Amino acid sequence: MRRVGAGWQAVTMIKVEGLTRTYGAYTAVDDVTFTCEPGRVTGFLGPNGAGKSTTMRIMVGLTPPTKGRATIKGVDYHDLPNPARTVGVLLDASAQHGGRTGREVLTLSAMTMGLPASRVDEMLHLVSLSPSEAKRRVKNYSLGMKQRLGIANALLGDPEILILDEPANGLDPAGIRWMRGLLKTYAERGGTVLLSSHLLHEVEMIADEMILIGRGKILAQGDRAALLAHNTNAVETLATSLDNDALAAALSAKGIAVVPAGEGLRITAEAVEVGRTALEHQIVLTDLRSGDGGLEELFLQLTADTQREGVVA
Amino acid sequence: MSTATQTTSSPRSSAPSGIPFSRLLQVEFRKSWDTKASFWLLFAIGAVVLAAEFIAAIVLAVNDDGQTTVDLGTFAGVAGFVCQLMLPVVAILLVTAEWTQRTAMVTFALEPRRDRVINAKLGVALVWTLVTVVFAVVLGVIFNLFYGAMGGSVSWTGSAGVVGFVIIQCALMLIGFAWAALVLNTPAAIVIYYAFWFAVPTILAIGNQLIGWFDNVSRWFFFQEATGPLYDGFWNMSAGEWGHLIVALLVWLAAPLILGLRRISRAEVK
Repeated sequence: MRRVGAGWQAVTMIKVEGLTRTYGAYTAVDDVTFTCEPGRVTGFLGPNGAGKSTTMRIMVGLTPPTKGRATIKGVDYHDLPNPARTVGVLLDASAQHGGRTGREVLTLSAMTMGLPASRVDEMLHLVSLSPSEAKRRVKNYSLGMKQRLGIANALLGDPEILILDEPANGLDPAGIRWMRGLLKTYAERGGTVLLSSHLLHEVEMIADEMILIGRGKILAQGDRAALLAHNTNAVETLATSLDNDALAAALSAKGIAVVPAGEGLRITAEAVEVGRTALEHQIVLTDLRSGDGGLEELFLQLTADTQREGVVA
Repeated sequence: MSTATQTTSSPRSSAPSGIPFSRLLQVEFRKSWDTKASFWLLFAIGAVVLAAEFIAAIVLAVNDDGQTTVDLGTFAGVAGFVCQLMLPVVAILLVTAEWTQRTAMVTFALEPRRDRVINAKLGVALVWTLVTVVFAVVLGVIFNLFYGAMGGSVSWTGSAGVVGFVIIQCALMLIGFAWAALVLNTPAAIVIYYAFWFAVPTILAIGNQLIGWFDNVSRWFFFQEATGPLYDGFWNMSAGEWGHLIVALLVWLAAPLILGLRRISRAEVK
């Protein structure tokens, strides 16, 4: 795909600096700063109402920021001459005229961008909307079909950047896997992807970088390892054995904290230590895994005070 | 962006150029008829105009006292009356559908210079007005011939009326557009337009009847009265009539249009 040629300074694809948006006394986006680089999928992760959508709307000029700046390849979105050729945007798959057919929606976008009608067929094929489905009116589409149409619309102009708000919403498991593959390939070809989700699992499987946001503020960002390093909790291991009581006693004897958890034990120690103890006492382990909950634990921990539900201990 | 020294090693061999206005016009024109609602609205306008013309021709023929002379403006006027009621709704939908159907999110992401999109929509509103005018005049000619063939007395004058009709039709279309831009809501915009067209003149007429001095005030914003002289040719209008017309257009068209455009360019699109 496109590469930055010799003699050209690398331009940051997406740069968000000190972005703030307030509504009266309410701060939806609070001093948000991050960048997105080519060849990488950046996941924008946070609970509902965390400010993900508002940030994305500001990035594409639909919402004016109160403070700060968002630039695409160094310029404001407003100053991109034919923005959809540079940035593919999907903010809300339902924001389509129900009375238009899927094909008509894409045709209008293609006309605006100055693309041939054949591009519409290519995109319909890419997102697996059949010709008969493309002839149906959008109001008769399922959310998954609307989502596919929205992704087709975003990819239409062969952009080098994609900004997608909750793109997996409404897709069935096969659809989610398909999209994951699509975006991975897109990034491998040098594209820049920023996608948001409130589902950690979804982002974890696809994103190279993650930005955790809650109540408008960035809580943590970086790749998986960097985020896990952020987790200051003591290491925990979950273990189940044929003789849990004996294992618990053996671990306690070593001064390791053990509490029952479901059918097994929650142990404040590395898995290797638990394994060694079991071996020493000839106890058969049936399950042994890291109990830190990975990113999920971190995500819940970081967003604990921003969740609507109080954290259930 | 492009310079004379640009070489093949340029990172963006296909650096996108801006979107020409003509393309925005094409897109907005297509949007004006490509949904079920807008297509049937336009279809209904055509059908109702045609039906009204037939009724007018029949009524004229039945009541023919041998002295009524039908001129070019008679049938064009019938078409115009129907269009004045329905065509501004087309203009209203052009604007409000983007907000009620939330397509503005896509439209303004594709072209973030919102004023250009709105100008294209204005252009489309005027295109439809001209289409209607041509349609009405052609119907006027056809029905004139038809009426003449039936033995009625026909005159081919009345072009001043047609010119006035064109101007007023454009103004009404723009008034619908302006209020739609201001309220960004389909039913509200339609109600305001009909209130402007039916309720306001009635109220002003009652005021004129009851209050002696009211007439002097109301004529400045009584749209139907202010535009009346246009039917006799704008070249025959007095300075006073021009004054009334301009003020009425400022009140009903320019003010909501300017405020509406400001609103659209600043609004948050969700």
